[in-house]
Amino acid sequence: MLSYLLRRILATLPVMAIVALFVFSLLYIAPGDPAAVIAGDQASPADVERIRQALGLDRPFLVQFGSWVWRILHGDLGTSIFTNLPVGSLIAQRIEPTLSLMVITLVLTLLIAVPLGVVAAWKAGTWLDRTIMAFAVFGFSLPVFVVGYVLAYVFALHLEWLPVQGYTPLAEGFWPWLVNLILPAVALGCVYIALIARITRAAMLEVLQQDYIRTARAKGLGQNSILFIHALKNAAVPIVTVIGIGIALLIGGAVVTESVFAIPGLGRLTIDAILRRDYPVIQGIVLLFSFLYVLVNLMVDVTYTLVDPRIRY
Amino acid sequence: MDRRTLLKGIAGVGSLAATGGLSMPALSQSAAARTLRFVPQANLANFDPIWGTQYVVRNAAAMVWDTLYGLDDKLQPQRQMVESEEVTDDGLTWTFRLRSGLKFHDGEPVLSKDVVASLARWSVRDPMGQMIKAIQNELTAVDDKTFKWVLKQPYPKMMLALGKNSTPCAFIMPERMAQTDPFKQIAEYIGSGPMKFAKGEWVPGAKAVFEKFADYVPRQEKASWLAGGKQMLIDRVEWVVIPDPATAAAALQNGEVDWWENPIPDLVPVLRKNRNISVDIADPLGNIGAFRMNHLHPPFNEVRARRALLTALSQEDYMRALVGDDTALWKPLPGFFTPNTPLYTEEGGEILKGKRDFAAAKKLLAESGYTDQPVTCVVAQDQPITKAQGDVTADLLKKMGMNVDFVATDWGTVGSRRAQKTPPGQGGWQMFHTWHAGADCISPAAYNAIRGTGDKAWFGWPTSATVEKEVTAWFDAKSIDEEKAAVKRLNKAALEDVIYAPTGFFLSYTAWRKNIAGVTKGPLPFFWGVSKTA
Repeated sequence: MLSYLLRRILATLPVMAIVALFVFSLLYIAPGDPAAVIAGDQASPADVERIRQALGLDRPFLVQFGSWVWRILHGDLGTSIFTNLPVGSLIAQRIEPTLSLMVITLVLTLLIAVPLGVVAAWKAGTWLDRTIMAFAVFGFSLPVFVVGYVLAYVFALHLEWLPVQGYTPLAEGFWPWLVNLILPAVALGCVYIALIARITRAAMLEVLQQDYIRTARAKGLGQNSILFIHALKNAAVPIVTVIGIGIALLIGGAVVTESVFAIPGLGRLTIDAILRRDYPVIQGIVLLFSFLYVLVNLMVDVTYTLVDPRIRY
Repeated sequence: MDRRTLLKGIAGVGSLAATGGLSMPALSQSAAARTLRFVPQANLANFDPIWGTQYVVRNAAAMVWDTLYGLDDKLQPQRQMVESEEVTDDGLTWTFRLRSGLKFHDGEPVLSKDVVASLARWSVRDPMGQMIKAIQNELTAVDDKTFKWVLKQPYPKMMLALGKNSTPCAFIMPERMAQTDPFKQIAEYIGSGPMKFAKGEWVPGAKAVFEKFADYVPRQEKASWLAGGKQMLIDRVEWVVIPDPATAAAALQNGEVDWWENPIPDLVPVLRKNRNISVDIADPLGNIGAFRMNHLHPPFNEVRARRALLTALSQEDYMRALVGDDTALWKPLPGFFTPNTPLYTEEGGEILKGKRDFAAAKKLLAESGYTDQPVTCVVAQDQPITKAQGDVTADLLKKMGMNVDFVATDWGTVGSRRAQKTPPGQGGWQMFHTWHAGADCISPAAYNAIRGTGDKAWFGWPTSATVEKEVTAWFDAKSIDEEKAAVKRLNKAALEDVIYAPTGFFLSYTAWRKNIAGVTKGPLPFFWGVSKTA
C-alpha cells in the first residue's frame, strides 16, 4: 500500500508538468492583454507597449515559460501583475473561504443525499421514491445562481435569518463562520445532492437484489441494519467514485456561488484573474486545483480499500 | 422569465423587509457608526494611481493621496496642498509654495522634493503632464516648501493640469515612492490625504480598508469635490466588493452595506421603494457613449462612410438600450462635450439631430465605395455598456445593408485587439464600442478620444489637421470666450471628420441608506463630509 501511495504521488509530477505546460500555452495564445487592462481606457498604444515591456510580456514564449517553471521549482508562484502581491499570498488569503464552502457543502451533501438515495431504493417504485427522484431531477436542473438568488430571497431578505453576502473567518467564531456559509453551501450543494442521491439509489437497488440481503432479512435483521450496514457498505464503491468526481463539480460551482454570495474565495479570484488576464494568478490557481483534483482521486482510490476489502493495491 | 425580471423580483422583496435579525453584522453600535461600508463600482485590483489609470483606482487614491490643486464643483481648480503660486509675466516660470502642516502617513513632512519627484512621474503618464514635460526647462525644489517649474513656452492650463480629476491625477507621494518607474507599480501606499490605506486588511477582489489620518490638516474652505476642507466625519471606510448587482442590492436593503456606488438602472425602482434608502444621480457630468471606427482601413478610411453612420444612427436607440426607459438618465448629444458645462456646444451637430435618414445614409455609403466587405465590429459582452451599444450598432449596420462581422468577446480582448493596426482580416478591427466619463470631456485638456493626431491618436487613429488646430487654439486661449469659440470650431470639425461617433449622454445613479448624510454628486464618490448614525 505504501509503495502504491508513493508511486501515485510521484505520478502526480508528470501530470502537474503537463498541466503547467498546457495552461501556460493556452494563456499565451489566448486573446487579450493585461497591459491594455492596466493602462486603462485612455492610455495611448505607446503606453500599453511600455507596460508590456515592463511586465516582460514581450519576451519569447520559451523564455517566459522557462522563467516561470524555474520560479515554481523554487517554490515561487510568481507575483500578480495587478496587485503586485505574491500569488502564494493571494491564494493563502482566499483558500479558507473556498475550502470552508466545499467542506460544508460536502458534509451537507452526504448527510442529505445518501439517506435520500437509500430511502428511495428501499421504497423503489412508491410515491416516496418518485418524490425523491423528482426532487433530484429538479435539483440537478437548476443552475447554482438561480438557487442562490431564491435562497437569498427567502432566507435573507424575506425571513432575515441569514446574511445575503460575505464571509467571516473561522478564527472569529464558529457561528459567524457558519451563518455566512449556510446559504452558499445549500445553493452549491443542490446539484451535488441530486447527483449523489441518484447514484446511491441506483447502487443500492442493485445491492438490495443480492442473495445476502435476502439472507439477512431471513435472519430477522432490522431494516436499518440491512440498509445502512449490509447494503450501503457494499454499494459504497460507485458512491465514493461519484463523490470524487463531484469535487470537480464543486470547484466549478464554487466560482459561481462565490460571485453570487460575494465570498472572497478562490473562485472569485479565478474569475477576476481571467477577466484581467492576470496570468501568474491564473496559472497558480489552475496548478492548485489540478493538484487538489489529483489528490482527491488518490483519496478515492485509498477509500476503496476501506469499503471493499477485496480491493488491494 | 428573463434575467432582468429575476433580479428585480429577488431584490424587490427586500423593500418590504425591515432590517435586523441574524443578518446584521457583528459590530457594536458606536463602531458601526464610525465605519462606512461602501460597494465600489469595481474591484480595487491595484493601488498605484499613476501606473493603473482605472477610475476605481483614482477614486480610492483620492482618499489616500492629496493633490496640489483640486477641481471644485464649478470645474475650477482651487488650491489644495498649495498655499500660493506665482507665474512670471512671460508665463514661463511657475513658482509654487506648499501650505504648512502637510504630513505623510508615515509621519514625515511633505517637502518640495516629494512634489518634484511625484510630478516627474506623473508627467510621463498623463496627457497634460506629457505636454508640460515636452516644454519643460526644469522642475526643481527651491527649498523645503517651494518648487518651480520653468517652461520653454507658456502653459496657461497649469493649475487645471495639476488639479484635474481625470486619470491619472497629479497625486503627491513621498520621493522614494515617486522615484519608481512610471511603468512599474509602487510597493507601498503612503500618502498625505485624509485617509490611510490599511494594506494589511486589503483582500484584492473582496475588501479594501481606509482609516482616518489623525494628522491630516484640512483647508478651512468648505469642501467642494476635490477642493476645500476634506473633513473626515467617519473613522473607517470599508470597500466591500460585491460583483453581483442583485446581491449588492439585497445587501444594501438588508443594511449589510451603507452605500452602493452605481446600482444598475434595472434595480433602482426596487431600491426607491425601500423607505430606508435614498437614490440620486451619482455624477451630473455623466458619461458619453461612443463607437470608434478604424480610420486606417476600408470602409471607414473614407469620411463618407463614417458620415453615413452618423446620418443613420439614432442616439435614442442607443440610450434606451443602455439605461432603459428612465428618461431622466439620458439625453441626445449632438457633439462631443459634456452637457451643462461651460464649453458645451452643438456646433455642427445637425447630422445627429432630427429624423434619421437611411436613404441619405445609404447613398453616402455607396458613394464611399463600400462594396459589401465584412465590417469587423468587436463588442465586449462582459461590459453592459459596450454590449448594449454593440447590439444597437449591429442592427444599424444591417439596416444600412452592411455585412457585419460581429465579434462577441470580453473587455480584456477588446483592449488588446483595438491596439492592432493591421487590417481586420489579419487580427485588426473596424469598429469597437466604449464610453467616456463626462468629467474627461468638459474640455480638450484630457480628452484623448477627440484628438486627430493620426498614428499617435487614440484607437482608430483619426487624422484631422482642423481638429488639432482648434485643440491648440483652446490650450492657447486667454479667456473663457476664446475657449468657447475654439471648442465650437473643434466640435464642428470633429463631427465633419467623424473622429468618433457619439451615441448619447447618459447618467447613473448612486444609492445609500438614510442613516448616511453628506453624499454629494460628483465625478467620483467623495467620502469627506459624509457622516453616519447607528
